Amino acid sequence: MTQTEAARGAIEQAARAAYGRLLAYLCARSRDIAAAEDALGEALLSALTHWPEHGLPAAPEAWLLTTARRKLTDRARRAAVAAKGEAELVRAAEELALTDDFPDDRLKLLFVCAHPAIDAAARTPLMLQTVLGLNAARIASAFLTAPEAMGKRLVRAKAKIREAGLAFATPEREDLPARLEAVLEAIYAAFGAGWDDDAGAGEAASGLAGEALFLADLVARLLPDESEPHALRALMLHAQARRAARRDAAGAFVPLAAQDSRLWSRPLIAEAEAALARAAARGPAGRFQLEAILQSLHASRAAGGATPWAAIVQIYDLIAARTPTVGALVARAAALGEARGPEAGLAALAALDPARTRAYQPYWAAHAHLLAAAGRPAEAADAYARAAGLTSDPAVRAFLLARRAGLPEAYRNEKAHRNE
Amino acid sequence: MEYAILIHEPATDFALREDPEKAPAYWAGWSAYAKALTEAGVMRGGAGLMAPSAAATVRLRGDQRHVQDGPFADTKEMLGGFFLIEAASLEEAIAWAARCPAAATGAVEVRPRLPNMS
Repeated sequence: MTQTEAARGAIEQAARAAYGRLLAYLCARSRDIAAAEDALGEALLSALTHWPEHGLPAAPEAWLLTTARRKLTDRARRAAVAAKGEAELVRAAEELALTDDFPDDRLKLLFVCAHPAIDAAARTPLMLQTVLGLNAARIASAFLTAPEAMGKRLVRAKAKIREAGLAFATPEREDLPARLEAVLEAIYAAFGAGWDDDAGAGEAASGLAGEALFLADLVARLLPDESEPHALRALMLHAQARRAARRDAAGAFVPLAAQDSRLWSRPLIAEAEAALARAAARGPAGRFQLEAILQSLHASRAAGGATPWAAIVQIYDLIAARTPTVGALVARAAALGEARGPEAGLAALAALDPARTRAYQPYWAAHAHLLAAAGRPAEAADAYARAAGLTSDPAVRAFLLARRAGLPEAYRNEKAHRNE
Repeated sequence: MEYAILIHEPATDFALREDPEKAPAYWAGWSAYAKALTEAGVMRGGAGLMAPSAAATVRLRGDQRHVQDGPFADTKEMLGGFFLIEAASLEEAIAWAARCPAAATGAVEVRPRLPNMS
């Protein structure tokens, strides 16, 4: 029994550490991700029966790979396999599987997952499932999606890759920047999955933050001369460094401006700064480098002194000029409010299209804050309520409603109506 | 497409309604949520319900009539109200359900409504 447990432990370890590498190698040639997943799943099951009996193989990953490849190639002739017998198949695998030294095709797999032909909403889930082996239910929850719908989305994406014959290859030089941006975009989406705040404030981190950091690290190691993967790492590490400071001892939400910078992780900030330096040394500021510079400017408060809001506004100007997303524009308006006063921030918010902001939580949170600072409590009370109604984070809701209750007496409306 | 957001609250949430200290914050959360639904243009209806202790449940089985005090099932979370909202997809409806205050304390069920029978 303990031997079985040891084997199971070894299998789980091998699976976690090597799943993406094994799967990438298996499907890089066949382009059939679903078949490769099935074969790898079967190989893991075989390991569960054979490893406890025969002891751990010298090269567990290669054993799994060879077994999975045999299962894959023998799929069409299942009957022959059955006749040959499982034992012979496994012996063949052991003869071939002498070392764990096989090519790492995970980068090619990531490029296929974020291929322009793949639905943008499927890219991140596909990466999480194929490279990290996460199951559809976990991915669905992180993205606030029904598991059945997420499963269908993944199946469709894999069918598309197989049927369209998408190449498992690192893009050519001229295509690389755009294709790499799509890969990094999908990784960053995992970092903030299911959160309202995509405003670039870097405050939100989903339950998949560790997974996103792993993927960014992988791309940075496999494409070491590219600037943007290092920048994405820097951006996410800065956000991670502030995690502990986002809640006080009672679990209440603490906004970035009010955070005690002594609670920010110094080792993570140092790692983030080192990654940003690597990014800057490798190329001009791309999208993620600009975002990482923003985070670095916020983190500079840890060294003492005030947040450099004027510099932050300048970086947001560059970001908004490149990609005028509603998130970037709202964050820019909030920074303007800090740098030049609430009226400047409110003017920037007023320029946004109401259709894009009416259900966008960061807009209402920023609006409420600026209205309160501008001495317009009636409107601020209204905006705080909308911001509170749009958040899915109970600590943020409580914070916004407390701010609303703290407005001058005449505008408080705590005896709110019952839900109708 | 219209979806029902069915709000299942734990007993501790129903108790908040009667707590003079904590009731204002409880209602403020619901009021903010209802306001966000309305202002976003997705609200189609709904109602808050009194506590399950105010309920009575009726069952007719053949010639037997059963009326009992309380809700139909004694579960940990009980129906506290519902909203009917307009959403483009189940995914969008789930996003609204996640913003519901009871999502953090109880359970919020999302279900597509049937088309009109008439």
